[in-house]
Amino acid sequence: MNQELQIPELGAIGLLRYAWRQLTSMRTALILLMLLGVAAIPGSLIPQRTQNPMAVSAAFKSSPGLSRMMDRFSLFDVYGSPWFSAIYILLFISLIGCVFPRTIEHFHASRALPPNTPKNLNRMESYSTWPAAGNELELARAWFKKNRFRVLEKDSSISAEKGFLRETGNLFFHLALILILLGISFSSLFGMRGEAILNVGERFVNTPTSYDSLSYGKLFKDGKLVNFIMTIDKFEAKYNVVTNAPEDYILNVTLRRGDLVTSEKHVIKVNSPLTLGSTKIYLQANGYSPVVTVRDSAGNVAMQGPIPFLPQDANLRSTGAIKVPDADPQVGFVGSFVPTYGRSKGGGAVSVFPDALDPRLLLSAWSGDLGLDSGTPQSVYRIDTSSMKEIGLKSLKPGEIFTYAGGAITFEGYVQWVNLQIVDDPGKNYALLGAIVAILGLLASLFTRRRRIWIRAGEVVEVAGLAKNAAPGLEEEIANFVQYLKGEK
Amino acid sequence: MSRTWAFLSNYLIYSAMAVYTLSFFAHAVETAWAVKIPDEAAPKTLDYKRTEKVARIATAMMILGFLLLLAGVIARGVSAGRVPWGNMYEFSITGALAFSGAYLAALRKYDLRWLGLLVSTAVLLTLGTAVAVLYRPSAPLVPALKSTWLVIHVSAAIISGGVFLLANTIAAAYLYLDSMESKGERTAWAKRLPSLEYLDQLSYRLVAFVFPLWTFAVIAGAIWAESAWGRYWGWDPKETWAFITWVAYAAYLHARVTIGWRGRRAAWLCLFAGSTFLFNYIYVNIWGTGKHTYSGL
Ligand code: HEM
Repeated sequence: MNQELQIPELGAIGLLRYAWRQLTSMRTALILLMLLGVAAIPGSLIPQRTQNPMAVSAAFKSSPGLSRMMDRFSLFDVYGSPWFSAIYILLFISLIGCVFPRTIEHFHASRALPPNTPKNLNRMESYSTWPAAGNELELARAWFKKNRFRVLEKDSSISAEKGFLRETGNLFFHLALILILLGISFSSLFGMRGEAILNVGERFVNTPTSYDSLSYGKLFKDGKLVNFIMTIDKFEAKYNVVTNAPEDYILNVTLRRGDLVTSEKHVIKVNSPLTLGSTKIYLQANGYSPVVTVRDSAGNVAMQGPIPFLPQDANLRSTGAIKVPDADPQVGFVGSFVPTYGRSKGGGAVSVFPDALDPRLLLSAWSGDLGLDSGTPQSVYRIDTSSMKEIGLKSLKPGEIFTYAGGAITFEGYVQWVNLQIVDDPGKNYALLGAIVAILGLLASLFTRRRRIWIRAGEVVEVAGLAKNAAPGLEEEIANFVQYLKGEK
Repeated sequence: MSRTWAFLSNYLIYSAMAVYTLSFFAHAVETAWAVKIPDEAAPKTLDYKRTEKVARIATAMMILGFLLLLAGVIARGVSAGRVPWGNMYEFSITGALAFSGAYLAALRKYDLRWLGLLVSTAVLLTLGTAVAVLYRPSAPLVPALKSTWLVIHVSAAIISGGVFLLANTIAAAYLYLDSMESKGERTAWAKRLPSLEYLDQLSYRLVAFVFPLWTFAVIAGAIWAESAWGRYWGWDPKETWAFITWVAYAAYLHARVTIGWRGRRAAWLCLFAGSTFLFNYIYVNIWGTGKHTYSGL
């Protein structure tokens, strides 16, 4: 027999309404929240592009097939992936859809009076009864008032209720979550974030081209970058002589805002960024830039200046590349800078302390094509030596010169560089406010007990109560109440 | 001067371990005596007097151990001229302190002495690992940790952790007793332990009590991250797992309050949530990458 499936005729509107009800149910919100928790896991175990790009490219190198597959599912960019966004956008909608109607409902409910006293009080919790003395209702009224219950009095019975703060707190908690999400979205639309590596002594003009990397929200306008010019005056790093661990980083800058002529001096430290309105400037990292002068065989300067090197270990052994594209043929140096020179067991140069007590620059010189015109972007810290020839190797102290076929390079000394992060995060105060309200709401909802207490007085007095969510403590409270009524307290 | 304080701290922590060991043995003796049926003629009734004295000694040792550990943690802080939360050794000794403190605080209100055996074992294991594996000489803080938020964020997180783990221990005891009951009767020793319902309620109350504190710890971490790293949330592994722990405990609270989960299922969920906390502490600190690399390992 052909059994037809019975589907109620919903129609498009009915279906939509049904879907909306499902989406905005508490259960769906919770499932989405948990899903968000589960979806967050892979990003903490798999290296992420935004946090550890090196590890990601290493993964691509060691197992390209698998990595490409993983990349298709955005596993290297979990928190920006479509599926992760989908979960929190749905959660966002679900929260809104569920919390607003409940808020209105709660607003009405909190002004309504408690319901009538039930007929059969003996079916309720903590029931007790005793012969009436006559003044119980009066006493009860006073007790409820003192304990700030809301009461409904009818036919020699009082129905009292307390603990609305639980639902109020709960709603505030959920509304606060929405505020946090709004703050985050606001920042990602209107915010900006950029980084720049600057040598001590350099000047930073806050325009897009000054940044090494810069990203901004869809609705951020270029012209909105705060107008300032900053000079890196001095950077000081203090290290512990026993453990070699850094103890303090102090950056001194001179700042000129907008079109002002006057300038101000500021100190930036790791935990105290420089604040300019909603923009903040953070000290993120630091390192060394060897200062070199490269001359051609005729003695003309082909290149000069500090070149930032990237730290490789805790003692700041740093590596980098010095490229001289104007030489003919082109020359490049693969370099390693050690702030305090020491020798490893294998004989290689290592750094034994992060401060520059005995700096050395180790260079291998290469001649040939630097590949700068090949079209593929090149790291400034590395040289592709595949079409070059090694022409020499040398370890230099400050002031020393390395002469090779076609020219000479002088190691003049070093300066330090700092990596500054400049962030405009206009939504963060909303997120913070949301977080504070969330905690307060949570406290109110977790520690308020919603309960009702009834009393009916006639020949006998009857008292009983009901605790919502089986909240503890009702029995004790009613015992107190009864004692009060009997004049024992 | 600071060397002296560091040595003093080490001695205090060794002494605390010795005292916790005594407490462990006293609890073990108490348990063993209680498990042994004292009188063939009257099986399954217990000689409470005999065990009572040992139990008191056990708790007294637990208190003394706590005080020594507290002094050790403070001395460690004095030696470095800062709060003693700069590396994983220090997190661990403070965590052990918070855990045994949570136990002692709960003991004042609830019938929990029987849990002392598990608590002293856990504290000894934590301290042992800290001393043997995680120890690092006392040193000043790295610049990123120099902030008032260190005090606020880490103390909130450590206290939450101590209470979460206590709730976990109770949930584990629940599951153990529950499986014992489902096979038949409780053994003589287990009969003295509180009812399943009591344990169920107790672990729930502990979680409900610290959940807001944990929420606060996560938010304080975000505020600090904003001032140290330029963003308040970056899905760093530590942050991610703090969030996962938060979601797991929120699920636990919801499951109890709105779906009405009790007993075994709730206990498993509680254990799961607690294990995400431990995972964050152990795995992410030691093997994880990211900005929270202060373990000093
Ligand atoms: C559709 C959305 C949601 C609704 C309608 C909802 C509803 C509720 C209700 C009714 C309670 C209180 C239970 C009671 O006291 O009677 C509650 C508690 C709570 N909710 Fe939600 N919730 C929603 C989503 C969420 C989300 C997304 C989170 C977490 C991010 C969350 C976290 C909590 C927490 C922590 C509690 C406290 C548990 C307790 O009262 O013991 N809720 N929620």
